[in-house]
Amino acid sequence: MSNITEIASYAQSTAQKLGIKKFDIYGSTVDETSVQVDQGEPQQMKASNRSGVTVRVWNGDHLVGVTSTTDVDPIGLELALKTAQEASAFGVKDNVPDFSPEATATIAPTHGGASDRIPQADVSKLLETLVDAEKQLLAAHPAIAGVPYNGLAQRAIDRFYLNSDGAMRHEAHSYASLYLYTKTEEEGRKPRSAGAFRVGTGLEKLDIDGCLKEAAEKTISHLNYEKVKTGKYRVVFSPEAFLSLLGAFSNLYNAQSILDKQSLSTPDSLNCAIASPLLSVCDDALHPDNVGAETFDGEGTPTRRVPLITNGILTSFLHSAGTAKRMNTEPTGNASMGAKVTVSPNFFHVFPGEAATEDYSLDTADNVILIDDLSALHAGVQALQGSFSLPFDGWLIKDGKRISIESATVAGDIREVLNSIIYVEKELEFTGSGVAPRVWVNELSVTGE
Amino acid sequence: MQAPTLLISKELPSLNYTYAPDRFDETWEAPLSTLLGLGRAAGADLIEFFLERVNYISCMAEDDAITSISPRLSTGAGVRVFRGKADCYVSTNDLSFNGLKAALEKGLSIMGLQLPSANAFIPEIHLELLRDYATKKSKEAWLGNCSSMREMGDVLLSANGQLAQQATHVQSRRAVYFRDWQEVLVASSDGTFARDIRLTQSVGYSLLCADGENRSSINKRVGSTSDPNFLRTWKYSTDAREVAESAAKMLYAEYVESGSYPIVMANEFGGVIFHEACGHLLETTQIERKTTPFAEKKGEKIAHENLTAWDEGITSDAFGTIDMDDEGMPAQRTLLIENGILKNFISDRAGSMRTGHPRTGSGRRQGFTFAAASRMRNTYIAPGTFSIDELFNSIEKGIYCKKMGGGSVGPTGQFNFAVDEAYLIENGKITKPLKGATLIGEATEIMDKISMCSNDLGLAAGFCGSVSGSVYVTVGQPHIKVDSITVGGR
Repeated sequence: MSNITEIASYAQSTAQKLGIKKFDIYGSTVDETSVQVDQGEPQQMKASNRSGVTVRVWNGDHLVGVTSTTDVDPIGLELALKTAQEASAFGVKDNVPDFSPEATATIAPTHGGASDRIPQADVSKLLETLVDAEKQLLAAHPAIAGVPYNGLAQRAIDRFYLNSDGAMRHEAHSYASLYLYTKTEEEGRKPRSAGAFRVGTGLEKLDIDGCLKEAAEKTISHLNYEKVKTGKYRVVFSPEAFLSLLGAFSNLYNAQSILDKQSLSTPDSLNCAIASPLLSVCDDALHPDNVGAETFDGEGTPTRRVPLITNGILTSFLHSAGTAKRMNTEPTGNASMGAKVTVSPNFFHVFPGEAATEDYSLDTADNVILIDDLSALHAGVQALQGSFSLPFDGWLIKDGKRISIESATVAGDIREVLNSIIYVEKELEFTGSGVAPRVWVNELSVTGE
Repeated sequence: MQAPTLLISKELPSLNYTYAPDRFDETWEAPLSTLLGLGRAAGADLIEFFLERVNYISCMAEDDAITSISPRLSTGAGVRVFRGKADCYVSTNDLSFNGLKAALEKGLSIMGLQLPSANAFIPEIHLELLRDYATKKSKEAWLGNCSSMREMGDVLLSANGQLAQQATHVQSRRAVYFRDWQEVLVASSDGTFARDIRLTQSVGYSLLCADGENRSSINKRVGSTSDPNFLRTWKYSTDAREVAESAAKMLYAEYVESGSYPIVMANEFGGVIFHEACGHLLETTQIERKTTPFAEKKGEKIAHENLTAWDEGITSDAFGTIDMDDEGMPAQRTLLIENGILKNFISDRAGSMRTGHPRTGSGRRQGFTFAAASRMRNTYIAPGTFSIDELFNSIEKGIYCKKMGGGSVGPTGQFNFAVDEAYLIENGKITKPLKGATLIGEATEIMDKISMCSNDLGLAAGFCGSVSGSVYVTVGQPHIKVDSITVGGR
């Protein structure tokens, strides 16, 4: 990919040639390698080096047009600018997007996650590592017959934002990820599956042993399974499951969704109670555990820690520059550039709010369901209605002992879930999309047999 | 007669290929042949290049304004190197000769191979005469004949206006259109050399209605793969009425009571049950991963004797129709299940190599960043002999699943999918609307419970996400009865 200085230079000269006075560009280049293995042999290896930019152009009537392209040479950029210029004739007339007022603001130094790039390992090293991991997992229990879904990947990313007012941001980071999902075979038993995922800034920083241990322990814990009786149960969400739900219903605190009336909240929901006072949630792109943290968003706005729910109270929305202007507040660094700027969370941090009056423990729980992983969120979540009905992997806890649940769904309403939280555990766990503890919910409908 | 002289590796830097920069045509034969020969000389068993150019645009109307027109231009290539039963895939944005050579070199090195030494001969790869479906089927003019940006805006605003007239308790209404124009070229060292242009378009509604705490959201989408006039001829009044009626019915619907029920699934998008519960498990990718219970069942009964199912890429203008797959193989019509007996799997090149099942023209991918994999095209249950009334009359208490949402299947064959619009069936009659239903089951069990198929086969456009990205597919079926299935609800 051309470097950022060259792109800025091409863009400036081409814009001048086309009579474009105001524009901005967001772009990135990704260098990625990944491997998959099957029974000790390489199955598929992939490498990719790709780049892409999105250009926004404001015309003489101050209407904006956008185009994305993977051609970042002078010819490709010129075509993209021309196409964006053509599209600008049909740009929105109300609430026209503008540069972020913070696109040139100083970015505070971070914990070192951003602009950190660890050299990429050789593919042979990735293969060797994954083959070894697969071997160890297959040896963990005789019932584990395969690891059909596995992958070890590493990615180096350069991203930048620049605009015709002189803003120019650039950062680089890298990360590596590993997933291992088993499948079991036992005579007279149904096949079972479980897995684990890890992410780190590079192969050397990846917690491979932890991934193996978790995948093996979970798989073994699901070997002895039972149907669960349909009914209402006290439910404990694992950190991953709770973060899945928070992400699926992020329209609750997404200012763009709220302004588009595509949300369960309204502008008036701010400072209202939407959850139990036991719960607090922040969106924190710069959290120390966020691997590959980004210090600016697609509009060049610095990212930051945004308190979304504080002791059950909805305390802030996530904003782009445009939504912040419309709601008379500051952007939060959650924008992605596009013909319509979109807003999305960066990295959730869930933690206890007010002190609980009673502590709960799975060690002493009885008739409680622990949901480890929710499936099919793309299908079973009605984000605009607030409802969900989702298959899950988990265990029925009986007298503190875990019994794997064969096949079941959990259903409810996100607002009811948030309001019926009875306990937020203290111990936080890192997942790919955030950090959270286990969260206890008083009662939800579970369908089994 | 003098024998042709083979190219020597050290001559490569002096080669000066000229090929069309904005069109994949015969001028690409020489550089691609050389690169394929180079890969073979390095010791690869087979090399495949996939070149892609995309001109995509989407447009969205929200209430009474166009809020997004979003063009995307993309070019890229992928090279796949096979050695033994392993393969690797390298993708790049750089379509210059040196860019493609660098991608090849990377792929070879990943497979433990090196470019041949300076004095090594590069074998000639004789590609077939360009099999050009784009020219043969007059697709060159497609892009120019599609709706302009202005036309897109006008149609979507009119359509959204129509929805405002038809619907009540509207909270938000959207009309969304996209056009995905794609030119592809495949060249591989087995001689394959083929080009195609695809034009995929889709338009639809998304309606959210609210009355106090009651909410309903209904989506509807239609698609085309060969008609530049598609948007101009969209019958949006009919779709607006249908969406408005569904939203009104579901606004005050009760939550479904969980349990095990007999169900009737509507035709068209109801076919997602077969797609999730069986179709994915007949892809050779699943055999390779050992995640399908049907791997050793060819020729055996895996479904009710009343069930026959197809996967094909040839139905005119269906959303999964392709003239050739992304490995250059012409599309076919593949009989999957006949009267309950498993007849064939869905296979791509790598799947065929690793499992022995013949290729079916099903090697598909989202774009150049993905290696092709065995994927479904137009997949449907064939019409049966029952009437719809016979299906309903066979149920004392059950659920009519009229409009399905998405779904998925897991590594153990457990599938699930959501129901967007459902009704209670009591004594063979539809009585009241229900919401919040998710259907779950196991593939091996459910296929024997699809006991009745009516004769009203209908197809619907869909999107399928899997190992090679998101591809356009058709799901379909007539109305069917499932004797019992677990329904997750409240």
